Amino acid sequence: MSVLAQSTGTPFFRWDWVTSHTDDIWAATVEHLQLTGLAVGSGLVVAIGLAVVSRRWRPLYGPLTAASGLLYTIPSLAAFALLVPLFGFTRITATIALASYTLLILLRNTVAGLDAVPAEVREAAVGMGYTPVRQFFEVELPLALPVIVAGVRIATVTVVGLVTVTALIGMGGLGAFILNGIRRSIAFPTEIIVGTVASVLLAAILDLILLGVERSLTPWAARR
Amino acid sequence: MSDLMIRLQQVTKRYPGTASPAVDALDLDIREGEIVVLVGPSGCGKTTTLKMINRLIEPTSGSITVGGTDILQLAPHELRRGIGYVIQQIGLLPHRTIADNIGTVPRLLGWDKARIEERVDELIDVMSLDASMRDRYPSELSGGQRQRVGVARALAADPPVLLMDEPFGAVDPIVRGRLQDELIALQQRVRKTIVLVTHDIDEAIRLGDRIAILDVGGVVAQYATPDQILAEPASPFVADFLGDDRGLKRLSLGSIDDVDLIRGPVVERTATVEAAREVMARHNTNWVGVLKGPELLGWVWGSDLSPGGHVADATPRAFRVTLPPDATLRQALDAIVTTQNNVAVVMGPDGFEGMIFVDRIAKALT
Repeated sequence: MSVLAQSTGTPFFRWDWVTSHTDDIWAATVEHLQLTGLAVGSGLVVAIGLAVVSRRWRPLYGPLTAASGLLYTIPSLAAFALLVPLFGFTRITATIALASYTLLILLRNTVAGLDAVPAEVREAAVGMGYTPVRQFFEVELPLALPVIVAGVRIATVTVVGLVTVTALIGMGGLGAFILNGIRRSIAFPTEIIVGTVASVLLAAILDLILLGVERSLTPWAARR
Repeated sequence: MSDLMIRLQQVTKRYPGTASPAVDALDLDIREGEIVVLVGPSGCGKTTTLKMINRLIEPTSGSITVGGTDILQLAPHELRRGIGYVIQQIGLLPHRTIADNIGTVPRLLGWDKARIEERVDELIDVMSLDASMRDRYPSELSGGQRQRVGVARALAADPPVLLMDEPFGAVDPIVRGRLQDELIALQQRVRKTIVLVTHDIDEAIRLGDRIAILDVGGVVAQYATPDQILAEPASPFVADFLGDDRGLKRLSLGSIDDVDLIRGPVVERTATVEAAREVMARHNTNWVGVLKGPELLGWVWGSDLSPGGHVADATPRAFRVTLPPDATLRQALDAIVTTQNNVAVVMGPDGFEGMIFVDRIAKALT
């Protein structure tokens, strides 16, 4: 295949490895998806909760974004080091670490989305007799959705990339291939390439799907 | 009084950190089925007063009753579901279709689907909206259409009371005039108790059964019918707020029927010139209207008529402006100013009904 591959006696990319490992690749992809979904999903729930708190008590918004910004800067390796003693080499450890990276973007977008709900819509809703809870779920959240989903897209793409790192605690989905490829004594780039390409593809596909979700959830905006 | 719908007693609103109250010991009685307009300069507390009625703003002290119930006895959301609310920026829910927007309060009240659908159809009809709008979103409608949807939405649960905060402030003057007419026509049908806030005194005169003119600091400067206010402003502030043309404004209130329509200087086209001259002399005019049965053909100058002939010998000139019988005196005055005869001609469905002279209008003002 290439000069480099021939000189070491091993082909640079071995299709036969891919075809003989389709089941493994599929299983890893599913795991990758699950970890991503868990992380973004729990991150979103926490972010919406924090956004509600921030809007109710505005002075808390600064400290909360600062805290989620701090989480964002913690190296993932350090996060595992902190969490593994508590939760072991488990999915919980992976989820907490990954979710914490989504908080900053999801909190900011949720607050921005809720802030963008027009004041007159809010006033009319209150004036018609919505209770606060019902108003939040039926009026404010749906209207904030485009901005929130935009945040979810960025968070998802980021997390798909980050999941590969959780291979270090034995959870990595497609990252396991990359880690294996690196660990082999003889250079074997096939696994590294498969893990990387699949992960990038996954991120791109999820981004497109979420774009579709955003459009279908906001028909009123599309027709404008 | 049994037909009292809304009563404000000694209502005061004081915002923290302000020296003087926004609304100060306000008393206001609003009767069932009337339109009361709150009007005044900015800072007079008119919007604050309105919003205290549906508890969007809580009064600092005083009591408010709606339909005999102290509004503090009800949970705010329950109170609001029983009061229609229309605001200037309308505030339709952008993510809901027009039908869903109109059905908002019935949905909050837990009506079943079929009943909501039926009510929405009824309101689309009442507000002369196009049925094809049902499934469209607010962003696809014009400003005037949205405002109609806003009113339809406020009427959806058939509340006895409607609060309207500058409802027509955001639309252009032509649409505003039309929406005002529609509100008057709608009120004939639904007979709601309406409290409407505006800063536009002309709108207040046009829509209000009674007008409360508020002065800065939330005190009532005058609370009376438009006619009473225009005829006898209670204070220099009120007179100033009404403007120098309040006499003219008062003319907009009365329709032509209020002054006796006179038949005026008219003769049959078959009459002799001598008979026509006698009519002119009696009315002290140098022209005469020409009739053919109930139809008014036009008018001729006295100098057009040759002695010994008939009125029909001269070609009548058309009256440039004629008025319908339900025109206002203001329109009559306009018509008079734009014709050469100093007279406004009123034409009903069956032809000529009469004329109004400028001195009659002057008399109506005093």
